[in-house]
Amino acid sequence: MNGTPLHLLWIPLLPFFGFLINGLFGRRFPRPLVTGVALLFTLIPFLQVANIALHFSSLEVPTVEYVAPWITAGHFHADFSFALDQLTMVWLLVVTGVGFLIHIYSAGYMAHEEGYWRFFAYLNLFMFFMLTLVLAENFLLMFVGWEGVGLASYLLIGFYYDRDSAADAGKKAFVVNRIGDFGFLLAMFLVIMHFGTLSFHTVLSSLASQPELHGGWLTAIALCLVLGAAGKSAQIPLYVWLPDAMEGPTPVSALIHAATMVTAGVYMVVRTHPIFDRSPAALEVVAIIGAVTALFAATIGLVQTDIKRVLAYSTVSQLGYMFLACGVSAYASGVFHVVTHAFFKALLFLAAGSVIHALNGEQDMRVMGGLKSKIPITFYTMSAGVFAISGFPGFSGFVSKDDILFQTFISPMPGAKILWLIGLATAGLTAFYMFRLWYLTFFGESRAAAPHPHTPEPTHHAEASHGLAETTTAHATGHGHDAHHGGEPHESPWVMLGPLVILAILAVFGGALGWPEALGGSNFFGHFLAPVTHVAEAAEVAENRGLELGLALVSVLTAFAGIGVATLFYYSRPALPAELATRFKAIYALLLDKYRVDELYHAVFVAPLLLFSRSILMGLVDMGLITGGAAGIGFAAQGLGSIARRMQSGNIRTYAGWLAFGAGGLLLLAFFGFGTHAGLR
Amino acid sequence: MTVPTSWYLVLSAILFSIGVGAFLFKRNIISIFMSIELMLNAVNLTFVAFSHQWHQVSGQLFVFFVMVVAAAESAVGLAIIIAVFRARNTLNVDQVDLMKL
Repeated sequence: MNGTPLHLLWIPLLPFFGFLINGLFGRRFPRPLVTGVALLFTLIPFLQVANIALHFSSLEVPTVEYVAPWITAGHFHADFSFALDQLTMVWLLVVTGVGFLIHIYSAGYMAHEEGYWRFFAYLNLFMFFMLTLVLAENFLLMFVGWEGVGLASYLLIGFYYDRDSAADAGKKAFVVNRIGDFGFLLAMFLVIMHFGTLSFHTVLSSLASQPELHGGWLTAIALCLVLGAAGKSAQIPLYVWLPDAMEGPTPVSALIHAATMVTAGVYMVVRTHPIFDRSPAALEVVAIIGAVTALFAATIGLVQTDIKRVLAYSTVSQLGYMFLACGVSAYASGVFHVVTHAFFKALLFLAAGSVIHALNGEQDMRVMGGLKSKIPITFYTMSAGVFAISGFPGFSGFVSKDDILFQTFISPMPGAKILWLIGLATAGLTAFYMFRLWYLTFFGESRAAAPHPHTPEPTHHAEASHGLAETTTAHATGHGHDAHHGGEPHESPWVMLGPLVILAILAVFGGALGWPEALGGSNFFGHFLAPVTHVAEAAEVAENRGLELGLALVSVLTAFAGIGVATLFYYSRPALPAELATRFKAIYALLLDKYRVDELYHAVFVAPLLLFSRSILMGLVDMGLITGGAAGIGFAAQGLGSIARRMQSGNIRTYAGWLAFGAGGLLLLAFFGFGTHAGLR
Repeated sequence: MTVPTSWYLVLSAILFSIGVGAFLFKRNIISIFMSIELMLNAVNLTFVAFSHQWHQVSGQLFVFFVMVVAAAESAVGLAIIIAVFRARNTLNVDQVDLMKL
């Protein structure tokens, strides 16, 4: 395919057409047509991407395709141009592949929902923006995709817009993302200031030609980029939107809030990693943010009772691993974890959706249980995901997570050993809470008949699990809460199970792509990405097979420990967790309240801002100046008028009186006024 | 013997004041109309008196103008009065108050 144009433009553009067709006319289409349009316009880009991937070795990379000029101002210009390199290739495959599977799944999952066409229009819109994001050749076009996926995310979180909690969650996601976007914008301004261009290629090559540049404003750019990435990828301190984003339909959680969009921050860091490489401080920040987020979110995940919420915190935690990998300059490992995570987390979400579907909208794990034999295919596929994310040896999650931990351990960064320890602890916690979810959902007796364990909702948010329930049942008239009455749990249709099976296979065997050399693999993935993720000045790390194997053993043991404790708590002695919860009441409540970070943010940022808005902006400026000014003029005119209109009484003799009064006035004026009475004397 | 100009002016002022008073206090439209004519003619008297005193003809010319305008005004005014009477069956101005607040 040398010299043959790749038509990269069409990869994002086709889903956009899908969005336009479904968005404009979908309301009148029959459902199969909506499905057909949405799937077709996702399938074609996937086939195109797959075709490019097959020919990838014969391509010149990076391939840049210039489409049209966009902004030209003096020497500065930003164009509509798309670039393809190894990194973009990986993301394209994940986005279109997993995206297509989730589209198929959605056809089954959303089958009975209102606004079916709207859902698929938004999904296609998301695909358009996400593909723009990863294909963009410059910061600005990437920013378009960046904002666009935020928009699609907002629309889909608030898909059930008649539910307050969903609308609020959408707004929260949007606002929190804005904070991150602010950092991204600042970074772009700094890049323009120092490089005079926004093109990735120009910026990075100009950086490569100036090896003496270190720290300083490069650190500033990198830190601003980190802020943007933290917003999009739900890292501390901006992670708070992602758990709430679970208000959206489950396929959305799988596609946007697990597999693709939230990894955009990782993509950005890897894409601009030469900037980070010049700033050890920024890398340290990335690594610390990643590690702390991983541990922090994992601990919250330990006690959550909503199945999707556990997965949401798990996503935040896994994204922390990816950031940790980026922070220790192991970009290929981070990207590899993105890929495996896309497989197993999409799988877990879709399987969770299937469980919710089977239970007619129930999301609370405390009333699940005993589903193993009732929905066997969902059980087996979900088990694959649970084993993968827990780092069970041989599964994809094990390979990628272990790689990150190994890279962290051997990193020369100060404090890397502590970060490794945090990562290891998180691995243990991950195994624990995932198996907790697994046991609670599928094992033991069904607790559906038991009274709903309404614990007092610890937060002030309207996110009680019973409010979260999405009803996807055929019995439902709307999407209100219709749980508990749907009869026996039922297995999902094959249109939902198909994607599950495919993803389960990928989640189990995906690790083969990057099987480490220490374990007799070839690390195909790492070598494939090497041209992009190569760090210019990195010292060659000596091969240390023994260390790698030893560390792998340690993390496997940690994972087994987590699994073992989960087995003990939720399988062998189910009474134990409650005992512990009462004994360590304070810690348990703190975890259940998610460390009260939402409350903290509310007190520190939201409440003062609201106060300022209400008192100063609304009270003084709006009511006082604007309303007061405009209304004041109006009231003044009205008051004057109410006096003046008394002259127009409608009574003729009053008019006559005014006339005589005026005449008298004029007469007096003629006699005494203006000092011109000399002539009258 | 000649009558001093001031007498004419006093007479004119008296007539004009009567006209103003009638204009304000009468309720019948025709009476009001007549009081207007009275005021006009009081002014005419002033014009003529001054014209005589200063031996200037322009004062008398003004009188003619005033009389012409008054004639035209009478024609229009009477027409309005007839229209008002037809519409409302009254000539009392206090009852012709459709524009009242």
